[in-house]
Amino acid sequence: MIDIKLSPETLNLESCNVFVADPAAGAIVNFIGTVRNETKKQKVLRLEFEAYEKMALSEMKKIANQALEKFDIKKIALHHRTGVLDISEIPVIISVSSAHRKAAFLACEFIIDTLKQSVPIWKKEFLENGEYWVSATP
Amino acid sequence: MEIELLAFGIAKDIFGNGIQKITVTYKCSIKDLKQELISKYPKFQDLASFAIAVNSEYQADDFVLSVKDEIAIIPPVSGG
Repeated sequence: MIDIKLSPETLNLESCNVFVADPAAGAIVNFIGTVRNETKKQKVLRLEFEAYEKMALSEMKKIANQALEKFDIKKIALHHRTGVLDISEIPVIISVSSAHRKAAFLACEFIIDTLKQSVPIWKKEFLENGEYWVSATP
Repeated sequence: MEIELLAFGIAKDIFGNGIQKITVTYKCSIKDLKQELISKYPKFQDLASFAIAVNSEYQADDFVLSVKDEIAIIPPVSGG
């Protein structure tokens, strides 16, 4: 029902979609996070993601299980990258299958919103004037 | 008692290390640990917030630590 992955390798959308495919599904919704080239009007050079792997995997699994309880969906793939990512690379893929599209859209949004609040993964931005851990200080 | 802390993100930068040993009182709670951290490493006060995870689960301020626990400092997360 759920496929959770944390990897230093390039994420693969196709493998997420193969995992969530289901004969009873009428929709697969994908959320793909991509590295943007600017933040607060400053040029971003690259990002680096660090994870507390054991806990990140267990928190990701919790979120996926919550989504399965909350929404009428079939399967979830939730993959997150670690390491250094260049502009346009993919830090996160969420694929959700469901009988009807609405539930999969809502589940994708719930999963990414919750992941950003609770999964112990940290993003460092490399800007032209230095490097900063995102959200670390007020 | 001496406990070992795992540190990530900005917490790792504050320690200069991903693992830091620290001496705390017996039956130290998470609240006590946070106060101890702020007094030994004042830069923790500059963070937007920080949580403590014990054996890979977030725990509240009244949770009492034991030397056998895997204790991690979780500064504000920013995945996705």
